[in-house]
Amino acid sequence: MRSYLDFEKPVAELEAKLEELRAMAAQGDAVAIGDDIARLEGKARDALLQLYANLSPSQKTQVARHPLRPHFSDYASALFEEFDPLAGDRKFGDDHAILGGLARFRGRAVCLIGQEKGSSTETRIKHNFGMARPEGYRKAVRLMELADRFSLPVISLVDTAGAFPGLDAEERGQAEAIARSTDACLSLGVPNVAVIIGEGGSGGAIAIATANRVLMLEHSIYSVISPEGAASILWRDTAKAQEAAMNMKITAQDLLRFHVIDSVIPEPPGGAHRDPEAAMRATGDAIEAALGELDGLEPAALRKARREKFLAIGRNL
Amino acid sequence: MNWISNVVPKLSSFLNRREVPENLWVKCPETGQMVFHKDLEANLHVVPGSGYHMRMDPTARLRSVFDGGKWYDIGLPAVAIDPLKFRDEKRYVDRLKDARTKTGAQDAVKVGYGKLEGLPVTVAVQDFGFMGGSLGMAAGEAIVTGLETAASRGTPFIMFASSGGARMQEGILSLMQMPRTTCAIQELREAKLPYIVVLTNPTTGGVTASYAMLGDIQIAEPGALIGFAGPRVIEQTIREKLPEGFQRAEYLRDHGMIDLVVHRHQMRPTLARLCRLLMRAPAAAGEAKAAVKPTEDKPAEAPALPAPAANPAPASA
Repeated sequence: MRSYLDFEKPVAELEAKLEELRAMAAQGDAVAIGDDIARLEGKARDALLQLYANLSPSQKTQVARHPLRPHFSDYASALFEEFDPLAGDRKFGDDHAILGGLARFRGRAVCLIGQEKGSSTETRIKHNFGMARPEGYRKAVRLMELADRFSLPVISLVDTAGAFPGLDAEERGQAEAIARSTDACLSLGVPNVAVIIGEGGSGGAIAIATANRVLMLEHSIYSVISPEGAASILWRDTAKAQEAAMNMKITAQDLLRFHVIDSVIPEPPGGAHRDPEAAMRATGDAIEAALGELDGLEPAALRKARREKFLAIGRNL
Repeated sequence: MNWISNVVPKLSSFLNRREVPENLWVKCPETGQMVFHKDLEANLHVVPGSGYHMRMDPTARLRSVFDGGKWYDIGLPAVAIDPLKFRDEKRYVDRLKDARTKTGAQDAVKVGYGKLEGLPVTVAVQDFGFMGGSLGMAAGEAIVTGLETAASRGTPFIMFASSGGARMQEGILSLMQMPRTTCAIQELREAKLPYIVVLTNPTTGGVTASYAMLGDIQIAEPGALIGFAGPRVIEQTIREKLPEGFQRAEYLRDHGMIDLVVHRHQMRPTLARLCRLLMRAPAAAGEAKAAVKPTEDKPAEAPALPAPAANPAPASA
């Protein structure tokens, strides 16, 4: 049973009808309904395409957070081989919201880092819904330094509502951990590519998304604060989240226009959750292309290019 | 901008100041003690009885740091105004205009260049009074400029931070100031010049998660609130009351997150001492070492920078 987002209702109705017809067809009168099925399939597909071509920022927020949208672990198994998650920051503990380790990506050895939100109640709790504590960022720093030492490109998959706002996280220096992680990204003498696969939530995202190439999936979002957070602070009303989402310019298309990201990875019709395999394949191709552009650059040139890229953001608006 | 828009804000701020007699007496937020504003000013905005550190505007701050209360203002680049066309309950351009009228400044960060016990230093001050000291493109560009000025003139960079975090009305472009300022910190680091951060009340959010936590030396003023997430957000997350003193300067020091908590009266000599040691400059003469009381004179603010003086060579040279 497919789960639908509220705005997908017209498509849901068409697809429900389609299911009925298919069930009837299976019972025998195939000839009579065959045409109806084909016609309805076309209609449902058109409705879906139409809907997804015109998603509002708050609808994209829902798609970006869709529970069936592929997460870090899905990408890790679909696009990478020989991936061993490496644990711990060597200072305090192991954070399960940020995972990472060595892996092979289309033949080349790389370092893979990213946030995992979890996909069931149990795993969501285990991964703290993708909200990392300082240990997570310090693990990311450790892995980046490892990658740098062994000349391995770093691939980050970003999917977080933000860093965890808890007492323990503050106590152990959440802010400093994020700052050092951004610093580590900017210090890398190896190429790094970041992909916002779902939610790019504020400092918790930028800590691993400060990369030579920053890519975004078509219906992912990237913002300084969640639409709900902005609504509660600026409008003092969480019900204004839609308005906040609209105002903040959080979509991949807007961010490309502001030159904050380098490219947008198209999603399958109806979003990545409708065809995770295709979405992940397209993401893999985009990562491969981005790495290809950075091949052969010297460490100093990579650092310089990265720095210049970020310093240029906002200067030509 | 015509002459009316130039004159009217100045006129109204002049009138407002005269019409608000309660400004003459300032209440200590801790003890409720009333202090005459002149006494407070003379005491560097520290409440004489309780020792509470009140906020200090950038001009007063720069005056308290530089020799003889004199410095040169560093010209700051203009940035794009409201590229998002942001509007919450009020248009962002109007909020910006109000803040400019209220403070007489263009944005939240002011940068000065001058001498500290004879040693040339570059100092940036973030004004919480300007839209909560929020970090947007202008503030980010000011900090980048300050760091680059310090790097090119071979001086230490001292950052007085105070901010509620990112300027949400600039969306992702405000988030991008986290990596952008970090780029400039790396340039200063490569020039082997000291970066000293003074955290003042309050410093939170994306500001602590970037340049405000990346100092070579981290100082905080007594009682300053410093953290990533604000106390209210944390209480909502953990559904518990926070412990006494949580996220205060002393708490951070005791948890190993900052180097020193320094009373404002000791700030100038402490900064001078640290800069001298890090720059391997000879010890100051006895007379200059004493904390200088703030003077009533207006600082000599020159419109343009003088040619770089014979700055001491960086420690690496």
